[in-house]
Amino acid sequence: MDNQASVASVESSQGKPLDQVLQQIAEHKGCGTSSEGGKASCGSSTAPEDMDPAIWEKVKNHPCYSEEAHHHFARMHVAVAPACNIQCNYCNRKYDCANESRPGVVSEKLTPEQASRKVLAVASTIPQMTVLGIAGPGDPLANPEKTFKTFELVAETAPDIKLCVSTNGLALPEHVERLSQFNIDHVTITINMVDPEVGQHIYPWIFWKNKRWKGIDAARILHEHQMRGLEMLTERGILCKVNSVMIPGINDKHLVEVNKAVKSRGAFLHNIMPLISAPEHGTVFGLNGQRGPTAQELKALQDSCEGEMNMMRHCRQCRADAVGLLGEDRSSEFSTEKVMEMDIQYDAEGRKAYQEKVEEERQATVLAKQAEMAGLEAEFSDLKVLIAVATKGHGRVNEHFGHAQEFQIYELSTQGSKFVGHRRVDLYCQGGYGEEDTLPTVIRAINDCVAVFVAKIGGCPKDSLKAAGIDPVDKYAHEFIEQSAVKYFKEYLAKVKSGEVVHEVRGDADIRQGAYIAA
Amino acid sequence: MAFKIISSQCTACSACEPECPNNAIREKDGTFIIKPEKCSECIGYFDEPQCVAVCPVDDTCVIDNSYPRYVAA
Repeated sequence: MDNQASVASVESSQGKPLDQVLQQIAEHKGCGTSSEGGKASCGSSTAPEDMDPAIWEKVKNHPCYSEEAHHHFARMHVAVAPACNIQCNYCNRKYDCANESRPGVVSEKLTPEQASRKVLAVASTIPQMTVLGIAGPGDPLANPEKTFKTFELVAETAPDIKLCVSTNGLALPEHVERLSQFNIDHVTITINMVDPEVGQHIYPWIFWKNKRWKGIDAARILHEHQMRGLEMLTERGILCKVNSVMIPGINDKHLVEVNKAVKSRGAFLHNIMPLISAPEHGTVFGLNGQRGPTAQELKALQDSCEGEMNMMRHCRQCRADAVGLLGEDRSSEFSTEKVMEMDIQYDAEGRKAYQEKVEEERQATVLAKQAEMAGLEAEFSDLKVLIAVATKGHGRVNEHFGHAQEFQIYELSTQGSKFVGHRRVDLYCQGGYGEEDTLPTVIRAINDCVAVFVAKIGGCPKDSLKAAGIDPVDKYAHEFIEQSAVKYFKEYLAKVKSGEVVHEVRGDADIRQGAYIAA
Repeated sequence: MAFKIISSQCTACSACEPECPNNAIREKDGTFIIKPEKCSECIGYFDEPQCVAVCPVDDTCVIDNSYPRYVAA
């Protein structure tokens, strides 16, 4: 997606007279995507009516903290923190590949000075980039000087950019004070267990107080620091997201306990992610054959944790040097070499104006969906179906089936549409190369969906999808995703009632494990 | 003896550098090296060599047999 396309899309979303839109926004005050139990999904699922306006201010343009925001706002990570203070069985620091996409992997490490220049370059090129995160490739707080120096430089030159950090929590308690001084109001802690008995199977060792601790002692120290760190953050009003890696047979059932523990300590959002464990990554889990969860297993766990706690389902488990909207990666445009050659003009006013337009666009998607909901609420049906959507952002069905690198998954019911996840797929259309091999991969990835919404699709894949029982839908090309989804569901219900369609429960789907080949 | 870093194993993560009590570790040509004359094997400082304890890759910080064993003063 280029900038021109984004601008065009922002403008085209304002089909309604602006004052009408503003009036609706004023009446509506916030996001309003409703989900099960009448709760809304600001990313999460707390209705803005229930949400402290100060918190809403913090999350509304943070793509990782707000599901709605992630269709519109972009983030970047800078890889200034290579050192780590713990070892996890799903991580192998030796493996590194430019085509590989998962946390802990980067193409090049940066100094704080290089990182700060890169941030300005990206901010000038991608005006909807609102968040800078430091997420490794090691642990940011095991590299405190590099991490805080980067924040200091960016805060001086680009004060409108939100600063964000992601940590394993071991060194968190000693750095909370400094984090709050830097005005960092989003911190992510990866918490995979609250019981050292479980933890010893995930963490072989930690380095703490000049000593390598192993086994249950290591897990106990880590656990204590994570809980204390989380409490200290929430006491200071810093928003806390908890990431958990779902490892079937090790912590899958236990994550319900983790969810309760972090909820009671004031975490804002819980992100349960599938284990990535391909053997070629050389991780302990990859080599010993530990599998990741299936799509249904992941969703069932996320659903069971969703209560008063917001669940994040839009995490793309991105690299520690990712750039762009979640689900796209533009990091190759901003290599150090390219950044050094760029003529950077930091235009804070221009960025602000652009972001205001993006915010209007976001509001428009919510309003369109709400309008479409009329008539559906009166329906009585406990039918639930999943659909897959090919999109390049802006909350619209705007990607060609063959160009999609991922599909976004929505659950449709009489409650409306709800974002429940995404599925990464290989590029299906690669100039004629590999087309026949990748289509079955795509179908396996969205096998649990009744339909796939696309901007365009060729005849061949259309027939294959139909044969697999997935309805290829191109009539909503360039329309809003959620509005179209609700429209589709109304039609689907009507067809089931009339007997035209027989509703069947779909099977499970694959979560992609192998290396992700960037476009 | 002193410790040395096997450069083909080193990920250049820099974790060892600040842990060394002797400032014996620095970056050179995209990898980290230990100055053997400065290395005390952490004897007198810690119970275990810090570079070995913090290194994310096994068998990367190893004894350099070409140096005589460090003797605490």
